[in-house]
Amino acid sequence: MRSAVIVFPGSNCDRDMAVALETVTGQKPHMVWHGDSELPSGLDVIAIPGGFSYGDYLRSGAMASRSNIIKPVMDAAQRGVRILGVCNGFQILTEMGLLPGALMRNSNIHFVCKDAELDVVNTDTIFTSGYLENTPILTPVAHHDGNFFADTYTLDRLENEDRVVFRYRSEINGSSRNIAGIINEAGNVLGMMPHPERAIDKKHGGTDGLPLFESLLG
Amino acid sequence: MKVRIFVTLKDGVLDPQGKAIHHALESLDFSGVNDVRAGKLIELDVDPSVSREEIDRMCDKLLANTVIENYEIELPEMTSGTVS
Repeated sequence: MRSAVIVFPGSNCDRDMAVALETVTGQKPHMVWHGDSELPSGLDVIAIPGGFSYGDYLRSGAMASRSNIIKPVMDAAQRGVRILGVCNGFQILTEMGLLPGALMRNSNIHFVCKDAELDVVNTDTIFTSGYLENTPILTPVAHHDGNFFADTYTLDRLENEDRVVFRYRSEINGSSRNIAGIINEAGNVLGMMPHPERAIDKKHGGTDGLPLFESLLG
Repeated sequence: MKVRIFVTLKDGVLDPQGKAIHHALESLDFSGVNDVRAGKLIELDVDPSVSREEIDRMCDKLLANTVIENYEIELPEMTSGTVS
């Protein structure tokens, strides 16, 4: 299982993500700089980590989604490589157009930093097959722009196609229909605001993020 | 030439920043403000050879996220007389 973590100026969860991937695969992921114009060959998984790429200038994820490495990431997505975007990574995936909607400023304007209870709405994805149905999980959230917005047509479509993967159990940031994570149509690109990579070790206070990496890396 | 681009949230998209500004105005005892929407003004200094279509493309590709935002381009009057 070959994995890579894309690193942007301002990424700050890249090392956490690398530790999570290495813990599960036993192999160190490639750390790929945003300015590179190609990815290592034979990747199975690409992770786009959390942080504040480019200081969130213009819009969260906007600058990162136009950097050199994005073209090869898009190509990899088309080929079916598994792509996980967490927090800023989710924002980048929507700005790239790989996932629909947009992540806007939290409706109460506050930065939210706490553990959030999530429903795993769809356990039948390559990212969530390790979770049990009807069993909420606890994962950290830490974001200012996590308010998921999409028009009603898109929201209905996401729900009808079982592409809402995670939902907050209570309202925390104003997200439409409490959406915390969604998947693309082909099922190989997941974006989520909560941080599974910060819940993989008992010392983190919980290990509810671990099944995601185990599912993903199989 | 100086080009001004106004980026605003689409109607129906909640604007928490605008709401906070509205609230702050009320707390300063300004009355009669019915709503506040906050946006961005981006000023470009571009060569005269840059076309309106090119600026449109800049907006669509980077400057605005058209999922949630609208943009308006204001060109200098003397050059084109066009204000959209």
